[in-house]
Amino acid sequence: MLKRYKNIGLSFLVIFLGLFAIYLVSSVRPDIMFRSIALSAFGSIYGLTETLTKSIPLMLCGLGLSLSFRSSVWNIGAEGQLLMGAVGATWIALYIMPNAPKFLLIPAMFLVGAICGGMWALIPAVLKVKFNLNEIIVSLMLNYIAIEFVNYLVYGPWKSPYEWGFPYSTKFPESAQLPRILDTRVHYPTLILALILAVILYIILYRSKLGYEIRVIGDSIDAARYAGLDIHRVVFLVLLLGGGLAGLAGVGEVAGIHHRLRVASGISSGYGYTAVIVAWLGRLNPLLIVLVSFLFGGLLVGGDAIQVSLGLPGSTINFINGLILIFVLVQGFSKTRFSTIKRRGGK
Amino acid sequence: MEKLLQMKGITKRFGDITANDRIDFELNKGEIHGLLGENGAGKTTLMNILYGLYTPDEGEIYINGAKVEIKSPHDAIKLGISMVHQNFKLIQSHTVIENVALGLKDTNFFYPNRQIEKEIRTFSEKYNFKIDPNVPVWQLSAGEKQRVEIIKAFCRKARIFILDEPTTMLTPNETRDLFRLLKFLREEGISVILITHKLDEVMNICDRVTVLRGGKKVGTIDIDRVDKDDLARMMFGQDIILKEREEYSISFDEDIVLEVRDLTVFSDKGLPAVKDISFDIHRGEILGIAGVSGNGQRELIEAITGLRKVARGSIKILGEDVTNVGTKEILNKGVAHIPEERMRVGVIPSMSLEENIILRSYDKSPFSNGILLDYSVISEYAKELISRYKISALDEKIPAGTLSGGNIQKLILARELSISPVLIIASHPTQGLDIRSTQQIHELLLRKKEEGCAILLVSEDLQELMDLSDRIAVMFNGTIRGIIDIDRASIEEIGSLMVGV
Repeated sequence: MLKRYKNIGLSFLVIFLGLFAIYLVSSVRPDIMFRSIALSAFGSIYGLTETLTKSIPLMLCGLGLSLSFRSSVWNIGAEGQLLMGAVGATWIALYIMPNAPKFLLIPAMFLVGAICGGMWALIPAVLKVKFNLNEIIVSLMLNYIAIEFVNYLVYGPWKSPYEWGFPYSTKFPESAQLPRILDTRVHYPTLILALILAVILYIILYRSKLGYEIRVIGDSIDAARYAGLDIHRVVFLVLLLGGGLAGLAGVGEVAGIHHRLRVASGISSGYGYTAVIVAWLGRLNPLLIVLVSFLFGGLLVGGDAIQVSLGLPGSTINFINGLILIFVLVQGFSKTRFSTIKRRGGK
Repeated sequence: MEKLLQMKGITKRFGDITANDRIDFELNKGEIHGLLGENGAGKTTLMNILYGLYTPDEGEIYINGAKVEIKSPHDAIKLGISMVHQNFKLIQSHTVIENVALGLKDTNFFYPNRQIEKEIRTFSEKYNFKIDPNVPVWQLSAGEKQRVEIIKAFCRKARIFILDEPTTMLTPNETRDLFRLLKFLREEGISVILITHKLDEVMNICDRVTVLRGGKKVGTIDIDRVDKDDLARMMFGQDIILKEREEYSISFDEDIVLEVRDLTVFSDKGLPAVKDISFDIHRGEILGIAGVSGNGQRELIEAITGLRKVARGSIKILGEDVTNVGTKEILNKGVAHIPEERMRVGVIPSMSLEENIILRSYDKSPFSNGILLDYSVISEYAKELISRYKISALDEKIPAGTLSGGNIQKLILARELSISPVLIIASHPTQGLDIRSTQQIHELLLRKKEEGCAILLVSEDLQELMDLSDRIAVMFNGTIRGIIDIDRASIEEIGSLMVGV
């Protein structure tokens, strides 16, 4: 347990080193930048609620990825799966049942969004199982297809006639909008859903038959084969579930924040990719992922803030994320050797 | 005869194991010298020392009478020693020329390719074999790749060629070509060391042979003065004796547990690895499979346990056809499988003992209710097995990877035997284990036999096979060369069947 916290600490050290590099080119002192990030993300009620808002999609995507990473299935497609979830929700809200009452419409949007995300993740699953194609490449490429698909919809068939020519879909009816906490952007139904799912996933991973299979396959595919485990079934399930969770994140973004479908970069600022880092940094432990998503939500909020307050380019935060990703990948390699510390119950 | 190379008193230890025990080895100029022995006899270790991959703990090496220190392959190459490994060290995407060029010193600065291409062409014309210098290596067959390795060695002006089991990957025709080439090299005054366990090859091509057994040298002898039986005896020794077997009755009743008929299975490379094999194992019988590894034993076991597709033929367990029905279903018929690679396949090193113990039964009651696992039941069960099978471990929560080899094997046996199997497939169950663990595992297997289990025991340890088996089937080159009742089995007979005499 201690070791895992130490790893997280080390990762943040890497962030500080990155900040120092930024100082060299922009002469913004790292302590000032960090204080600015920390204050904007965690230093005020507004900052905290924004951080919480951004942590929701990270949480859902990261949880979904953790299942497939734990079984050594490398799904990099959470971004696309999230967007397909957003498309599914929009379709329900605007075209299938726009006049349905809230208590029917919202669950239907979540359900269909999860199915759309799951189906998108099934493409790499089928190609992997049937044709032995590398799921990293397939899921990554599908992200670009999903991005362009969303852009096509909002510039084309779903473009609203009432939005002054902006690439927006029509605004969702009120019954398709998620409630928020007071005047913040925290769409709490999605947050509660994510927290419940984190607990469920934790139970699945460490207490259930499926979780046992996932961990056996992830740690030794040869032993799994020898014991006659149905590996294909597990590959399908982890991708389907992971895609479904990312799909839920997409529903939350359009139904909770934007209330419409927008261009892909407007819906997701790379949540699906950041979630890869979140999942690894959370050591693929669902409960830890919840915590790490909150920290990364803060990083995203801080990234926005330093653009305004310090005049740093918007890509600064991508740079920091990149640094963390490298660090996490290094950890990932050593993980296989030290994963013995991870046992059921996280003892 | 001019002595080119002398190795004196070479000793190499790996931990407690002495792989080479005061071995003397001599090589004359222009001879083909066979280095013969079972797997694990120390042949490859000795040659790795000569090639600088290992440093010996004791002993000296002389070349042309002068003492040399070989600390790395680089030193060896400088001294004119080249080694062709079993798995070729070539760069797949580079052409033949580029592979040969790699590591050459005195090439022209401009257009080095032309010079090397000319050398390759001269070489191949002179010795009359075909190779296109401009194709990438991945397009070549195993035999051609080997030729590239030999050309490489030749271009480096090597005087000593070490070939490690060079014919395992080759077709009969390619083998014939290789031997022709080796004879040419001999005429050039080059010395060849041929590491092998195939007697035919030694008889065919070698001038002299040195036989190793259990890390010790048995002797060096001119090939004219021996026949295959002599060599087999030297290889396997006569110190293996039949143990008194009164305590375990060899009478078994006639129920057939495993019935294999005309079984053909392909290897990963798509070549037939098991060819039309048929045999039965009865209740309470141990059938031993002897053979040098790589003769189809692994594929046979994988086919029986459903890990490899059966191409032709059938497998029946207790009269029920289980050909190609999948591993899970076969295991559920009551098949215990003790795999060859216990660390990679038999356990999940990162997972706890209890989670390893339920690997076969995690989805069954009382461990699972269909969705969740009941860890308190699992924990109790694991504790019981750990004490019953005398596994030394702190508790059932520690990762399996922290156990010693013997304890890991006992863990696997505990898991596999606790399902009350009707058939046990044991592959090299005691390989690399100390005497105590070996004895415990033998006792467990014999007890299961008394309880009526049918056991298929694959091993390279002839003593183990003689001690445990009721009958021994010898596999060679994918076929069973004979099934011998233990009462009538002699170590010489099995030994010579193993090497394909």
